[in-house]
Amino acid sequence: MLELPDEPALIPYFVAGYPSVESTPDAIEAFGEGGADVVEVGLPFSEPIADGPTIQNAITRALQNGMTPDVYFDKIGEADVDIPLVCMTYYNLIMKRGVDKFVRDCKSVGIEGIIVPDLPVDESDALYEACEEHGVSLVFIVAPTTTDDRLERIMERVSGFVYVQARLGTTGARDDVSGATYDVLRRVEGYDVPKAVGFGVSKGEHAREIVRGGADAVVAGSVFVEGMEDGIEEIGQKARELKQGALEGGQEAPKSDESNV
Amino acid sequence: MSKGKFEGYGGQYVPEAIMPAIDELEEAYEEYLNDDGFLNELDAKLRDYGGRPTAFYHAPQLSERVGTKVYLKRDELLHGGAHKLNNALGQVLLAKKMGKERIIAETGAGQHGTATAMASAALNMDCEVYMGAKDMERQRPNVFRMRLMGATVTPVETGSATLKDAINETMRDWATNVEDTHYVIGSVVGPHPFPAMVRDFQSVIGREIREQSMEAEGRLPDSIVACAGGGSNTMGAFYEFIDDEEVELHAVEAGGSSLETDDERAPNSASLNIGDDGVLHGARTKILQNDEGQILESHSLSAGLDYSGVGPELAALVDEGRVKPATADDDEAMNAFQILSEDEGIIPALEPSHAVAHVLREGDSLGDYVVINLCGRGDKDLETAMESIGMDMDVGFGEGA
Ligand SMILES: Cc1ncc(COP(=O)(O)O)c(C=O)c1O
Repeated sequence: MLELPDEPALIPYFVAGYPSVESTPDAIEAFGEGGADVVEVGLPFSEPIADGPTIQNAITRALQNGMTPDVYFDKIGEADVDIPLVCMTYYNLIMKRGVDKFVRDCKSVGIEGIIVPDLPVDESDALYEACEEHGVSLVFIVAPTTTDDRLERIMERVSGFVYVQARLGTTGARDDVSGATYDVLRRVEGYDVPKAVGFGVSKGEHAREIVRGGADAVVAGSVFVEGMEDGIEEIGQKARELKQGALEGGQEAPKSDESNV
Repeated sequence: MSKGKFEGYGGQYVPEAIMPAIDELEEAYEEYLNDDGFLNELDAKLRDYGGRPTAFYHAPQLSERVGTKVYLKRDELLHGGAHKLNNALGQVLLAKKMGKERIIAETGAGQHGTATAMASAALNMDCEVYMGAKDMERQRPNVFRMRLMGATVTPVETGSATLKDAINETMRDWATNVEDTHYVIGSVVGPHPFPAMVRDFQSVIGREIREQSMEAEGRLPDSIVACAGGGSNTMGAFYEFIDDEEVELHAVEAGGSSLETDDERAPNSASLNIGDDGVLHGARTKILQNDEGQILESHSLSAGLDYSGVGPELAALVDEGRVKPATADDDEAMNAFQILSEDEGIIPALEPSHAVAHVLREGDSLGDYVVINLCGRGDKDLETAMESIGMDMDVGFGEGA
């Protein structure tokens, strides 16, 4: 099962197979060296309906580069890191491989959590059972539009962390932190599971504000993927900036330990 | 907890951000589909604006050629030139009742986009239509029609720049603007309640067929034949007859240029025939995919059938054996297009030309009395046809091959 550290965490995302298949394990290691606490590795699907243009393009390229589920598990297995990994992908790839096999394959290469943006809690029975059985966390997204009764149902199944979607729309780097972030954070505050905020995070300053606002972790994807066009050299530095921001935000945050018992 | 299942197909595989809107839509749909006021308003619009009921026509020359009695259900006479308006008017009216301010839609051939632009203009709503850049090129008159009627047409350049990419982009818009926007899906696909709701709005076709058939022939037909892309004209024609076991239901998909697929492409759109179980665009259904689960690019001469998935209810009806799947390839469809034009003076769209082709091929094995759902007219396809046939068509055509 996935566990986040006690300090504010950074969870970078990138697309396996982009910019190249060979760079995939190197990117994971570079994130680790840059201070990432968990790395979310996207397994590219041909119809990424939850993603904005940056990640869509990376997915198209990754597929052209020959990234497949088999190659994905091989390449991830090559990465030499101590931090846990999370798989982000769309449900058809999981179903096609066989839900149980998919989860076992994840576990065998150090993937401790799975996020599926087109699998709402309502359809999650099969994957949830397989995750429970093999000790893998199933991470769910909570959106600004999520209703109270849906929130309850999501929170019954979520583990590892809850992914707080900071704004409506698709993934993509933005210039500001949306006001909706704080509303959603407030609504999940009382639940005993770490809160990670994603969708639009691109700067150290964002990470700082978000953690100050009550988050335990920040997720950033498009900003890294943009920087990977010509290689993975830049990502370590960007990771350090975001991690630093998160740590600063943690020092400034009002302590509210009683919700985390 | 999961909803809207047809023998395991269907469901709601969409991002969490959209789920509340889908729940809200489901509630509204259940409320209004039993509301006489709403239904009367829709019926009046379909009649006075759309031109329903559409004619039911005994096609004498075609019947003689086929060797069995063939009737055409003439939804190509509906305003806009295709059955698509039945659904678009229903959904836009529903969205209006729900207090939504903005309509979005995807379109492949441009027929559903056109119908949605019409319905939005008729009911005074803002409308934006996403269309694959490649399809915009293939269907320029429809792009112009939509814009004339006040819709914004936005090109989609991603992926193969066709229908499935347009659906992806419309879903992204919906996930962004879900609070004031309704997504009018153009076929019996997508997450619940769309497959059931679109079917219900389209099933006026089958209800009219029943009544007109009793009037014209004093009985139900032996077979009803409809083309299937997503399958909305198909379910619209079939739904009324599901329990009439003596009526055979034939769904004809685009065989394209071949039924052989490779790792990236299916040169056809035959998901009912050769697809397998998967999840695409919010529903579990039969889809064209490779061994890893990546979606294959589909192909058909007719843009309206060119899609890698199919409605979940239709997939279930095929598994149950109630609906018989078939294919007609590009050449057969183009041939049928010419034959119906010359025999009856009715130029069909290339989509229902596949249904006509099936009847030409199967002949009286379909029974003594066959109904073809002629769900669209061919004006939009004239350019494709001119390219394929050439302008000089005085030799050797109409001979059935
Ligand atoms: C005339 C016509 N028939 C059929 C279709 C295919 O849609 P469906 O399978 O949902 O009826 C289209 C789609 O654009 C169309 O324009």
